[in-house]
Amino acid sequence: MPQNTRPLSPHLQVYRWPLSMALSILHRATGIALAVGLLLVVWLLLSLAHGPESYASARTFCASWFGLILLFGWSWALFFHLCNGVRHLFWDVGYGFGLAQAHRSGIVVVVASLVLTGLVWACVLAQGGVA
Amino acid sequence: MAEFSLPKNSKVQKGKKYPAKAGAKNLRTFRIYRWNEEDGQNPHIDEYEVDMDSCGPMVLDALIKIKNEVDSTLTFRRSCREGICGSCAMNIDGNNTLACTKAIDDCKGDVAIYPLPHMPVVKDLVPDLTNFYAQYASIKPWLRTQTPPPPDAERLQSKEDRARLDGLYECILCASCSTACPSYWWNGDKYLGPAALLQAYRFIADSRDEDTGARLDELEDPFKLYRCHTIMNCTNTCPKGLNPAKAIGEIKKLMVERKGV
Repeated sequence: MPQNTRPLSPHLQVYRWPLSMALSILHRATGIALAVGLLLVVWLLLSLAHGPESYASARTFCASWFGLILLFGWSWALFFHLCNGVRHLFWDVGYGFGLAQAHRSGIVVVVASLVLTGLVWACVLAQGGVA
Repeated sequence: MAEFSLPKNSKVQKGKKYPAKAGAKNLRTFRIYRWNEEDGQNPHIDEYEVDMDSCGPMVLDALIKIKNEVDSTLTFRRSCREGICGSCAMNIDGNNTLACTKAIDDCKGDVAIYPLPHMPVVKDLVPDLTNFYAQYASIKPWLRTQTPPPPDAERLQSKEDRARLDGLYECILCASCSTACPSYWWNGDKYLGPAALLQAYRFIADSRDEDTGARLDELEDPFKLYRCHTIMNCTNTCPKGLNPAKAIGEIKKLMVERKGV
């Protein structure tokens, strides 16, 4: 019987995710989100170059609820990717491979990314919001 | 390429239920992946109720009991029943481990048992490990030397040099780690996987091996080594408590160091 009739055993469907696996895919997802987010930065700069009216409309978009969700998401993605990137740098020089260590550093990355995001938004709100 | 869903012929369906004999009180349900190429059907999950009062403590005990008393067609590999042969590696309760060293009491609820993930299935819980073994062979897992051996002695090693092999030589090649690795799931044809790379490092780290440069050359490849993204599933799942992720990290480090950075 040809071997290609053999089924493929279940993988994502049955595997129980350890924290490190979830953070790993999140690292990639936030990387992609940040690359897409650069388009918004480019658009902001273009609108700035175009003059006061176009910049005003860009600011209005950023202050809308949709714009705020995007900005908040991107700022968290930035801090998560940054913190987890530092975690990867430690791995690259050979530190933090122990199971307990890797688990702890994962939790530190999540907490740090949330705290940093919170701090930035506290500053933004203290200065009178996005618009 | 990453293919997140199962192909059509691999979708898992509901199967039969095998209730325990009347009078059994201490019951545990085992949900087991079944497939054989003869009935022409998709894989399915059969449910077996097992009386724990007459069953040993390990998952392998339950599998053997089911095979002996309920359904002799249930197919799985096993040999030593003490965690040294690596035959009974399978996905139990969501993680890859050895059925013989996994206690039934450590599983939550019904005990779900699947073959090692993302592998071609030969029958039931038996995956085809041909590619896995070929990858192990490809790292040339033996001492490679340039100098002739001493005329009247073995190649000796200091205690410190021997200690560097701890955590590496204990691998029993059960394939739990490689089949737990998403990178291996998506690129198993080109990425060597944690088990083969741990063994590659075992010989790189061996003071008696004299082919470190060539070994590193052979691994210097975007896929063979560098598909490892430190997801750590290998280390999380290893039933022998080894750390393939660290071994791979050490190889990556040597790659950089030998460039003189």
